[in-house]
Amino acid sequence: MEKKILTTPISDEDIKSLKIGDIVYLTGTLVTCRDTGHKRRVLSNIVPKTDLKGGAVFHAGPIVKKVGDKWEMVSIGPTTSMRMEKFEKEFLEITGAKIVIGKGGMGSKTVQGCVENTAVHAIFPGGCAVVAASQVEEIMDAEWLDLGMPEAFWVMKVKEFGPLIISIDTKGNNLFENNKEVYKTNKEKQVAQIAKDLSFMKY
Amino acid sequence: MTLEQKFVDITVKFIDLVAKVLPDDVVGVLSTLRDKETEPMAKAIYESMFENMEKAVSMNRPICQDTGVLQFFLKVGTKFPLIDKLSDMLLEATTVATNTVPLRHNAVETFIEKNTGTNTGKNVPYIEYGIVPNSDKLEMIVYMAGGGCVLPGRSMVMMPSAGYEGIADFVADTMVNWGINACPPLVVGVGIGTCVASAAKLAKKASLRPLGTKNDNAQAHIMEQQLEKALNGIGLGPQGIPGKAGCVLGVNVENMARHPSAMGAAVSFGCWAHRRGTIVFDAKLNYEILDHKNTVL
Repeated sequence: MEKKILTTPISDEDIKSLKIGDIVYLTGTLVTCRDTGHKRRVLSNIVPKTDLKGGAVFHAGPIVKKVGDKWEMVSIGPTTSMRMEKFEKEFLEITGAKIVIGKGGMGSKTVQGCVENTAVHAIFPGGCAVVAASQVEEIMDAEWLDLGMPEAFWVMKVKEFGPLIISIDTKGNNLFENNKEVYKTNKEKQVAQIAKDLSFMKY
Repeated sequence: MTLEQKFVDITVKFIDLVAKVLPDDVVGVLSTLRDKETEPMAKAIYESMFENMEKAVSMNRPICQDTGVLQFFLKVGTKFPLIDKLSDMLLEATTVATNTVPLRHNAVETFIEKNTGTNTGKNVPYIEYGIVPNSDKLEMIVYMAGGGCVLPGRSMVMMPSAGYEGIADFVADTMVNWGINACPPLVVGVGIGTCVASAAKLAKKASLRPLGTKNDNAQAHIMEQQLEKALNGIGLGPQGIPGKAGCVLGVNVENMARHPSAMGAAVSFGCWAHRRGTIVFDAKLNYEILDHKNTVL
């Protein structure tokens, strides 16, 4: 199967064609933004120099190394996206970003943000930080360094960054929420089945 | 070189190893799960994981960018020659390793809310001491866990009427609601004690026990097996997406006697990139690495 590659700036048409479970790759500019960065952008309305319109955002706090006056990417993998749930909808609205990449699912507010702003959420395999770093061609800029290494706004040039699994699409489908219902039902069944083997209490 | 310098030097190298190479038992279980998995999305994730482990070695980089807050669990003999200097030496090793590995800056001073940039801060690195009388050896576990698998840890005190079934439900519930984001397949450490603190401490100890080892109480071991079966039956796969092979690397239970009216239960998770290293030193600092065979520092 041919690799599906998104290139920044990403068009609405490209985003609309994606559905949950699709596997895609990203080429172009990718920026990191996580807890404090989202708060800074949404609550303090501080705007980074790098324009995010049509852009891609990575929930990630990397390990970087300074070599001469250039930053070098050492290791970068996704962080838990759910931590950004509170601000992602507003973030999408004010930045015009088209794809948010992270780990694990996001909630109903982000789903609404994706539908209204024609955007998607995708996951990169968590912990696969060297694979991700090897797909980063260079760090082009670093903003908000006052927040420290994990929280700074790193601007990267990436090539065929992925695999990215679409977890929220523009139709409002949510891969993780759908699965969660199945998991919960299975869990109840499984726990009931083992209960008799765990009746160690004496009375 | 003084004995202290030698200890710091070896520890820095050991931290480097733990950040870049997973222990043998963890790699073993991951291989089994990868071979058993049939779901295409889940298989793609296992492929990335194994590519990542190879690249971490060939490119000499930490497996995961989140190298955690460094934790050291010590069983130190009262006659180990460097016993009084351990805290200072581990602080130094952490500072050095932060630059040489390199490690991510992960110590944020609370209330000041500022990243120290050194991986050191108040009570960080975290050091837990166990004292072994009449021994001149030191057994040290180095552990680094990312925020992702630290986040879902829970400890609570139940009424004994909840029973062991209640604890199983608590663990499974935590797995489904929060463990899903913690980078499964997970190491699940369960602690059963009296208060939140004792249960949590045992859960952590359980999560650091080698995979494939048993609780020596027969009933506690039944609980380990049954919980593993139940959790693997949820349908959860790697990274929280559906999988057929299972979502746990292992379930370990650690327990203690409890107060008649209280039953503390806790669960502590380790992500698939379970970066645990165990090293044993003798009084001359000859050492043996227990969970990374065929490695030279």
